[in-house]
Amino acid sequence: MAMTERVARLRQQSLDAVPSISAERARLMTEFYQQSQGLCSAPVRRAWAFRYLLEHKAIYIGEGELIVGEKGNVPKATPTYPELCCHSLADLEILHSRGKIPFAVSPETRQLYADVVIPFWRGRSMRDLIFDEMADGWKAAYEAGVFTEFMEQRSPGHTVLDDKIYYMGLLDFQQKIDASLAGLDYLNDPEAYAKQEQLKAMRVAAGALIRFAKRHAEGARELARQEKDPQRKRELEKIAAVCSRVPVHAPRGFWEALQYYWFVHLGVTIELNPWDAFCPGRLDQHLYPFYERGLADGTLTRDYAEELLQCLWIKFNNQPAPPKVGVTAAESSTYTDFAQINTGGLRADGSDGVNPVTYLLLDVIEEMRLLQPSSSVQVSKKSPDRFLKRAARIIRTGFGQPAIFNADLIVQELIRQGKSVADARNGGSSGCVEVGAFGKENYNLTGYFNMPKVLEITLHNGVDPRTGRQLGLETGDPRQFASFADLFGAFVRQLNYFIEIKVRGNNVIERLYARYMPAPFLSLMIDDCIARGKDYHDGGARYNTTYIQGVGLGTVTDALTAIKYHVFDRRALSMDELLAALQGDFAGHERMRQMLLNRTPRYGNDDDYADAVMQAVFEAYYQAVDGRPNTKGGTYHVNLLPTTVHIYFGSVTGATPDGRRGGAPLSEGVSPVQGADRKGPTAVIRSVAKMDHARTGGTLLNQKFTPALLQDEDGLDKLAQLVRTYFKLDGHHVQFNVVDAATLRAAKENPERYRDLIVRVAGYSDYFCNLGEALQDEIIARTEHESF
Amino acid sequence: MSAFCEGALFSVLPMGGIIFDIKRFSVHDGPGIRTTVFFKGCPLRCQWCHNPESQRVRRELMVWRERCIGCGACVSLCEQGVAVPDRVRGEGCILCGQCVDGCYAEARQMVGREMSVQEVMAEVERDIAFYDESGGGVTFSGGEPLLQPTFLYALLQACQAKEIHTAVDTCGWADWAVLDCVRPHVDLFLYDLKLIDEVAHRRWTGRSNDRILDNLRRLSAFGQRIILRVAIVPTINDDAQSVRQIGSFAAKLPGLERVDLLPYHRAGAEKYTRLARDFSLPGIRPPTKEKMAEIARVFTALGLQVKVGG
Repeated sequence: MAMTERVARLRQQSLDAVPSISAERARLMTEFYQQSQGLCSAPVRRAWAFRYLLEHKAIYIGEGELIVGEKGNVPKATPTYPELCCHSLADLEILHSRGKIPFAVSPETRQLYADVVIPFWRGRSMRDLIFDEMADGWKAAYEAGVFTEFMEQRSPGHTVLDDKIYYMGLLDFQQKIDASLAGLDYLNDPEAYAKQEQLKAMRVAAGALIRFAKRHAEGARELARQEKDPQRKRELEKIAAVCSRVPVHAPRGFWEALQYYWFVHLGVTIELNPWDAFCPGRLDQHLYPFYERGLADGTLTRDYAEELLQCLWIKFNNQPAPPKVGVTAAESSTYTDFAQINTGGLRADGSDGVNPVTYLLLDVIEEMRLLQPSSSVQVSKKSPDRFLKRAARIIRTGFGQPAIFNADLIVQELIRQGKSVADARNGGSSGCVEVGAFGKENYNLTGYFNMPKVLEITLHNGVDPRTGRQLGLETGDPRQFASFADLFGAFVRQLNYFIEIKVRGNNVIERLYARYMPAPFLSLMIDDCIARGKDYHDGGARYNTTYIQGVGLGTVTDALTAIKYHVFDRRALSMDELLAALQGDFAGHERMRQMLLNRTPRYGNDDDYADAVMQAVFEAYYQAVDGRPNTKGGTYHVNLLPTTVHIYFGSVTGATPDGRRGGAPLSEGVSPVQGADRKGPTAVIRSVAKMDHARTGGTLLNQKFTPALLQDEDGLDKLAQLVRTYFKLDGHHVQFNVVDAATLRAAKENPERYRDLIVRVAGYSDYFCNLGEALQDEIIARTEHESF
Repeated sequence: MSAFCEGALFSVLPMGGIIFDIKRFSVHDGPGIRTTVFFKGCPLRCQWCHNPESQRVRRELMVWRERCIGCGACVSLCEQGVAVPDRVRGEGCILCGQCVDGCYAEARQMVGREMSVQEVMAEVERDIAFYDESGGGVTFSGGEPLLQPTFLYALLQACQAKEIHTAVDTCGWADWAVLDCVRPHVDLFLYDLKLIDEVAHRRWTGRSNDRILDNLRRLSAFGQRIILRVAIVPTINDDAQSVRQIGSFAAKLPGLERVDLLPYHRAGAEKYTRLARDFSLPGIRPPTKEKMAEIARVFTALGLQVKVGG
């Protein structure tokens, strides 16, 4: 279906809206805390704060909207969370004026911050508390760029919703709370009081969202009264009816289901600013019953369902991720808040999850072509080929969506982590690539971990060469190492040392959030917080996972391989010569650099020599992290993904033995170093699949293609076959970057970084960088002319 | 197997051959995802050839001037004292490869390397999972694979033993006896046809097409699976008469699976410079889409299955 005039207009409005800082939430939150001075439990105070926000924030019902509700006062007006991170005036100026990912900050907002927000919150936010509590070793490693800290500006909250809101209204939730309260055992359970406070808070939070929806109903009714256009008048009356029905009660139809979800989404993201915002998860599964029923009883058509979904998509796009500054901005430099709508996958009984709504969602994804929400297809061996090919047709249009996940492997990963089979099958991927048991798990990502930096520190006997500070252990002068095993052993010791620093920090931060910043509303939504009477931040969820995301796998693998190969095996290079060249960023050693780049077995070429090093690095990282207890009754696991942190981590990491110059980006995800893979996608897939993805909670693989390679049915088949084979080899995720002319131009300028780029030349394909200049220009010109 | 096969040609144990490239994820040389093994050496000298480095059997030096970092290693390593950084071969070069080994920036590359059957198969077998999923396999191309018949025969047998689908991309210029030997081990022939006119063929490729056409008829008569591949080169075989002749010839081949019309492209032009050779057809431009469609219609009208592009 073509976009309706309404959708086209709302979509354009969303695209045109300039992201700005809305001071409303900061003002209301400050007002609330100023007025709320007396003693009360932390969860109850947070629930009252939530209620205050929802009672007083402006209601926005835009012209022509069908799904209503905004986080700010207008689209893309982005709230701040001063209780978590109190921006300084300098921060506001940076947000306002930076070149990438800016947020307009009005003079009034700055004034409010100067007069009210900053005086109240400075030194009292979670961010201040966290930095106060971290040990010196943690701070030194953090400042050096060994790891980042997700919770320094945002709350934990990486989770996704299941199907509970589609059969339970908030009144039902309150009944469950009451039952839980009634069952508290004050005689034997020393935590009974704490649970009582938590449950009371959750009850208040549920009521707050009900009130918020009612305010939208009242607003819509008022607009309807004034509306002259009879059709819009009817729509506004319908909006009022929908907002009166949900979220108080369970939804009866498709529209109510979407609006209910959207209220919950707003509730979760207004309460706090959880990382990798919340999303409806397996939306095709959740909506299918409403869709079928609507078509059967004549209350819905496919076109109208599509239009409603498009309106929901625009709502997602209207909400930029909370403004980030400093390292957090560097590691996640994007407006996207990582809501990832899943399609396909498996049902709880293990049957194929693809249904008519799956295809409807894929149509919406293709037509909307928006940054948010992100989308994925969950491909199991049971998924029909047409589902994968439908996704490939969208991928071909070149906006990087949907990402493709291996549903069977995700189930295996979740079961290995201890989830029940049904919970695993109802799970999926979220954020970038992270797996979770939707609606039942707190799977918190806590920060990226810079593996190449750890190698750099190892090569300097514990010293960070950038600052000369002794950051790590003294594991020995590498010039004295007799074998690669000595070096690798030292690397593993440093790795464990820094992981322990990070874990210790995490375990304090988890407690700080549990104690000072409970999330009663989010807790309503995640099993078994109500049953346990515990907060989401305090182990209330059925499953509690803490992740540390490994970064730079390709770079550290190639760097270690280069040392193993040239220094220890071939003895073509002494450790001393290598270290001297690294010290000087290869100045005067270009020939050596070329040798390291071109004459070393490298990860991504299905070369067992290099891939064995990758396996060893993975094993070391896995052993360092996996299975450690967190403070919520759960355990640590690993995943491997970077968002944009490989750029930041690269900027703080000097020249590496793989021939990478100091400051250059690290490799991303589990992908090979940019340009190192020269044997095509099957070799990349084989290399990457030598890692045991089943023991991770998500890995990210990027592949590039030009649109021409995928132009015909045959190309789509090949793409689907590549994916199926990767998944047969137990790969977790792959995304296809269908490159445009700009990328090709960059590849022409910096061939070293794009050696892996394959283009279709004429009746055959070749590496772009291997083509002569004239032909490169011809292909660039051709690519520019290919319309998406 | 004919006595000939068991006799002279294949009595010597096969062992190795000269290969100039092995390309994985090859998706235009037969069905599915394939690995294409490029044999070095070709009996023809098609003037439009886009793989000039495939023509000679012996190894050759290729120089990518733009990659040279000026380290001078080639000069200092050359025992003949003839290597020049930005020149392909100095007078007196014996192709020892020392300069190539020392050229870490990969500005100097040796085209062609001796490989054993085991080495080639080790590479080919790596992507079996992809062949299985896609109905792919291995394609032996070149150059001309039939020019190294014992090597090809051994590879085909090795593939068959592993149940790997085989395709042979050939120009057809070979002794029938050779083709007859390998034939039972080939699942699909990709048979190149350039011109029907003998004089023109000789002029543009350096050889008569007698045995090419003859071999094609015979293969077809044996019921081999054949896809005909016709490179459409403007001014050489895109005229109405040439097209009609090729079409009529193809239409008489029983059981021909399809004709692939491959538009000429200039991707190879720069390779001539890297090999320090002259490209004799610099002025030819690729055929237009319209022209390709027009030619395709001629073939279709003759009742042939046609595909534009490989």
